[in-house]
Amino acid sequence: MEIYDLTAHELADLLQRGEMTSEEVTGAIFQRIHDVEPDIQAYVTITEEQAYEAARQVDGERRQGKDLPYLAGVPAGLKDVLCTRGIRTTCSSRMLEHFIPPYSATVVEKLAAAGAVFTGKLNMDEFAMGSSTENSAFFPTHNPWDLSRVPGGSSGGPAAAVAAGEAPYALGTDTGGSIRQPASLCGIVGLKPTYGLVSRYGMVAFASSLDQIGPMTKDVRDCALVLNLIAGYDPLDSTSAPGAGLGAVPDYTAFLTGEIRGLRIGVPREFFGDGLDSAVAEAVKASLGKLAGLGAVVDECSFPHAEYSVPCYYLIAPAEASSNLARYDGVHYGYRAVAENGGAYDLMEMYTNTRSQGFGAEVKRRIMLGTYALSSGYYDAYYLQALKLRTLIRDDFNRLFDQFDAIVSPTSPTPPFRLGEKSDDPLSMYLSDVYTIPVNLAGIPAISIPCGYTDGLPVGLQLMGPVFSEGTLLRIAHAFEQDTPYHQDRAPLKRGHAAVSPAGREGGDSHGRL
Amino acid sequence: MKLSMEEVEHVALLARLALSEEEKERFGAQLSSILEYADRINQLDTTRVDPTYHVLPLQNVSRLDERGATLAPDDVFQNAPDRDGSYFRVPRIL
Repeated sequence: MEIYDLTAHELADLLQRGEMTSEEVTGAIFQRIHDVEPDIQAYVTITEEQAYEAARQVDGERRQGKDLPYLAGVPAGLKDVLCTRGIRTTCSSRMLEHFIPPYSATVVEKLAAAGAVFTGKLNMDEFAMGSSTENSAFFPTHNPWDLSRVPGGSSGGPAAAVAAGEAPYALGTDTGGSIRQPASLCGIVGLKPTYGLVSRYGMVAFASSLDQIGPMTKDVRDCALVLNLIAGYDPLDSTSAPGAGLGAVPDYTAFLTGEIRGLRIGVPREFFGDGLDSAVAEAVKASLGKLAGLGAVVDECSFPHAEYSVPCYYLIAPAEASSNLARYDGVHYGYRAVAENGGAYDLMEMYTNTRSQGFGAEVKRRIMLGTYALSSGYYDAYYLQALKLRTLIRDDFNRLFDQFDAIVSPTSPTPPFRLGEKSDDPLSMYLSDVYTIPVNLAGIPAISIPCGYTDGLPVGLQLMGPVFSEGTLLRIAHAFEQDTPYHQDRAPLKRGHAAVSPAGREGGDSHGRL
Repeated sequence: MKLSMEEVEHVALLARLALSEEEKERFGAQLSSILEYADRINQLDTTRVDPTYHVLPLQNVSRLDERGATLAPDDVFQNAPDRDGSYFRVPRIL
């Protein structure tokens, strides 16, 4: 295996044993980035200089015999929705193309304090709205398992970077599946923590009652290690769970025992119905057999309101987005439209032109949808009704968690689709998130892990648990992983059929590197 | 659920978006089909169901009124589209 193929914990062990320096590891990762970025296009901004500086600092401290956090000196990528002080944070939007945050997100501060070496900012669907990363205003990212296919989204940059060896691990964000679906499509591990476990301070908001930050890693141990670093109460986030809901944050690696005998795992039949690709279904069903073989008690169950999750989400999330994105008005920061030919806009013209030119098509579509759902005359029928459905979906989960320790489903109903395949049909794109959305609506945690292949493309298995059950989910995921070979496989970076020209995409008018 | 052109224009105004004729047509059709799909949530009787605005049992989170670290003005103003000293300049409104 090459250095860039190693997990974060394998790299950490090399560093601790003094077999490599952080500068050498960082060099190996940037060599990989330079080699494969033309094919993958995962990075919006590469911070090579700052990375070497951080790496040398860790190396110096290690030479002095300082007691360093375990992952100190290991490189990491950040989804470009997380604010980094002094480093451009774009959300893959024209609106924030030149935005330099005056502060860093809490998760960024926490990783930096633990000695992380940041490689750069990773591509995403604009403002995290999308399931393919084709909604990036800059360029689409390609799936390392087949370059003609999407990496999923909205955290497609982080997922592709980790799968291609361009970052040992990354942080993503998940509002309706944006960590888990791309993790599934790129054959890596992705965790959406319980709402409130990880601080959202400094994450550019999309839908505030649904957004969570989480790890995207090559294996389950890395996932637990990164969660250890980012979890915990933050007074700067008023939706941070006090005491993280469980007193002190536990050491999540302590749950990785390999022992899952007697754990009860539910399989909702509604998650295996219409719209599920048969090869994906087959791989997931084979995984259920493996879990049973490890001693778990696997039983069928029912999730009666499953079919209402997607419509419920596509009213609530756009409603919250329409409010959150009202801040992009061209006054304090971000893009401002300027009248042509020396003319001058009045205030309203400045607002409307700024927003129309600064936002891409999907963002405008969701702002319109959310504004409509909140507008007078439609509020009760759409927004309020969706909030009531949200209660019913939570109740479904609560009933299931009386009987089961975890619920299992496919992560995505299909394998990675081709670039351009769904970009003209928003509704079909929205249905990519049919199994991940209920989790965000209920605020519970869920993890996606690789569970097999169809036609050489990765398939992901999703495990969902009650609030603050990350330990149990990691335990099951780890036992499964250690019993299967998938976490040791690496993407071949093979070229599929000719990729669709990015110029043909809706809402994108540039595909040049920034 | 078919959105009229007037409704599309009204929503765009509320959202402070200037849409081209082509965008109005396209968004109008797409929003209509999304809303038609979303309308299935109205099949259920929810008269006795409380809405979930938020999943955490938190209300009115407050902090002590203490002075903390502030942002550096230069860091903040470097992002201003139009700046006049320590002011953000906007089109005249009066």
